[in-house]
Amino acid sequence: MRILTSTVGRKILMSITGQLLILFVLIHMIGNTTIFFGALNAYAEHLHSLPPLVWIFRLVMLSAIAVHICYGVQVTLENKAANPGAYAVKKQLKANFASENMIWTGLLLALFILYHLAQFTMHLTPDVVVGLDAINRPDVFKMVSTSFANAGIAVVYFFAMIMLFLHLSHGIPSFLQTMGWNNDKTIPVFGTGGKVVSAFLMLVYISIPAAILVGALK
Amino acid sequence: MSHHDSHGMNLVLHVWRQKGPNEPGKLEQYEAKNVSPDQSFLEMLDEVNEQLIKTGGDPIAFDHDCREGICGMCSQVINGVPHGGQERTTVCQLHMRNFKDGDTIYIEPWKAKAFPIQRDLIVDRTALDKISQAGGYTSAHTGGVADGNAILVPKPSADYAMDAAECIGCGACVAACPNGSAMLYTSAKVAQLAELPQGQAEAAKRVCNMVDALQENGFGNCSNHYECQAACPKGISVKFIARLNREYQKALFK
Repeated sequence: MRILTSTVGRKILMSITGQLLILFVLIHMIGNTTIFFGALNAYAEHLHSLPPLVWIFRLVMLSAIAVHICYGVQVTLENKAANPGAYAVKKQLKANFASENMIWTGLLLALFILYHLAQFTMHLTPDVVVGLDAINRPDVFKMVSTSFANAGIAVVYFFAMIMLFLHLSHGIPSFLQTMGWNNDKTIPVFGTGGKVVSAFLMLVYISIPAAILVGALK
Repeated sequence: MSHHDSHGMNLVLHVWRQKGPNEPGKLEQYEAKNVSPDQSFLEMLDEVNEQLIKTGGDPIAFDHDCREGICGMCSQVINGVPHGGQERTTVCQLHMRNFKDGDTIYIEPWKAKAFPIQRDLIVDRTALDKISQAGGYTSAHTGGVADGNAILVPKPSADYAMDAAECIGCGACVAACPNGSAMLYTSAKVAQLAELPQGQAEAAKRVCNMVDALQENGFGNCSNHYECQAACPKGISVKFIARLNREYQKALFK
């Protein structure tokens, strides 16, 4: 299977799995904003009312992440080997902090995802308050708002979302280029668009722990 | 010494010196005195070498040929940028007027695993030839000379193919790439030939074979830094890499 081993084939798989993950990030963000309309518990209950669907979704996401991480690590190691990086002086013309540190922002995001799942999905961290709300639904709002009221936890989320911004500000234009959906006119547009979309995602995600931390959401 | 005395610049050079492929290399310091702003970078090095020879030193080995910016032989990373950072300019066409008196200049060879250093600033770029040998041609019978004009090529396609064909194969894209990848070089040839009717018959086979050759000859993977386009003395666009990616996807379903 050429697509699994060739340099362009693996890039296409990185791109497709990346797109799935971006789609997830987008849907998850929209879902999270229900917290601003007092509908988080209702949203969470709807989401979990179809367990087989939830599990299919989780498996797809897990496979996408696994493929994305495996190839990401593999190509990064190959790239380091292909470039001895021994220039005494090297000036970057176009590469930037985000494009050069995809592996680190990516691995930090992977760690964050593990933490986030352990916390709000598996309820393993000590800060998590599990209970039911007035109409006997799992009280997700109380759980989230209790945890985010802790400044240390909120800061972890802020940091992770900055990593998300960096990763996607290169990842978005990069996946478009890899799919071949690019030309001289679109290259600069996607470059700027990628940063704008990433910044938007970061700010919306950050707004939730920030709102709780400053007491705007009760 | 020369008629340029009044404008002469004095420069400090840090040049990569390496006796052979398996020898250790290091930067050594030289002085370039009374350099004319009208000289090309290579002419400046010629004079440094003349002085070195006169004083019994070992001249700096560097690649060059046409000295008019079209052959792709000159290959020096100057102050951290392949070909010195003047847009769309090879080292031989870079003039000393871009420097000022007292400047310190770092001169290094292309550095990538696929380009072993032969001596000083000379690297072996055979790996690029291997990529072209894997498919950078058309073998479909296209007829005799007279038939050439019988195959109509739309003007936009001819222009597109010419833009891609501007590549002089110098390898600056590899030298600039943080991953030591030759994707821009490969894509220029793939795009040029895929755009033309004569090249379309073998487009799928070509893109697969050339991409395989890229991987087999020690180059890294492209991760879309676009450093290559910025360093390319011919301004080859990364849009050709997008084209290669499209051609590759088409080939997957062939």
